[in-house]
Amino acid sequence: MVNPNVQGKKYPETAPYLVGREKIREFANAVFSTNPVNLNVFAAQTAGYPDLVAPPTFAVLIQERSLGAVLADPEADIDFSRVVHGDQRFLHNRPIVAGDELTSVLEVASVKSLGAHSMITFSTEVYDADKKLVLTAISTLVVRGGE
Amino acid sequence: MTHIDIVALEVGQEVGAESFTFTRDSLVRYAGASGDFNPIHYRDDFAQSVGLAGVLAHGMLSMGTAVQVVVNWVGDAGKVIDYGVRFTKPVFVDAHEGALVTVVAKIGLIDLEAKTVRVDITCVCNETAVLGKAQAVVKL
Repeated sequence: MVNPNVQGKKYPETAPYLVGREKIREFANAVFSTNPVNLNVFAAQTAGYPDLVAPPTFAVLIQERSLGAVLADPEADIDFSRVVHGDQRFLHNRPIVAGDELTSVLEVASVKSLGAHSMITFSTEVYDADKKLVLTAISTLVVRGGE
Repeated sequence: MTHIDIVALEVGQEVGAESFTFTRDSLVRYAGASGDFNPIHYRDDFAQSVGLAGVLAHGMLSMGTAVQVVVNWVGDAGKVIDYGVRFTKPVFVDAHEGALVTVVAKIGLIDLEAKTVRVDITCVCNETAVLGKAQAVVKL
């Protein structure tokens, strides 16, 4: 069972992640994107962006960095081998673009029990180098209880 | 860039429908791109050892692919400002055949004042919905 006392716990800010053009292209190809703003710098700039735009789910890369700290936290007591991804949401203030240097702060929004299972919801705020909020990623993991 | 006239849109209107074939190559490619190297997404022996019927796709691959139908409609990935899904069923990816995932996007809600449109997405594999409550809000 996930420790319910970690509800409200905030984890330290992650080290800056520099968003690269080729990483955006690699991710875009992996999610079957053919959208020019993901792949072509000229197209992105013509559309008004400073550089390549990341696909809408790219921020999972940043979220994962924050989640790593929680999964390694003995206080939270999450058995990763029993984890299933329950839901996911990305709320953007602006899209991520190549050249962004992103940090994130994760808070455990809630811990709930559902029979033998636990549901833990995380809210990860992602900031740019100017400390402006780029997006919030909300993720729920279901941790299956023992048989 | 595509120009969409928000006033001409109707709730329930279909704005895109596409099918995607996930192969084992797709899973390895997504693993590398996302950094999610959980072996249930590329090793049959490992998947079976944890009680799964076989290798399954990353939920985030289904999520990331499904929204492309919305992106293709609006013509600009940066206009998807809010996107959320529930992962309801796994997509098992056969080593030879892969898995066919069919995505349909329909207008769910129109906000003329905010100039936003909510697009409701269905994502189906083997006649089973693999995403639930999949909704993408697009800023027009």
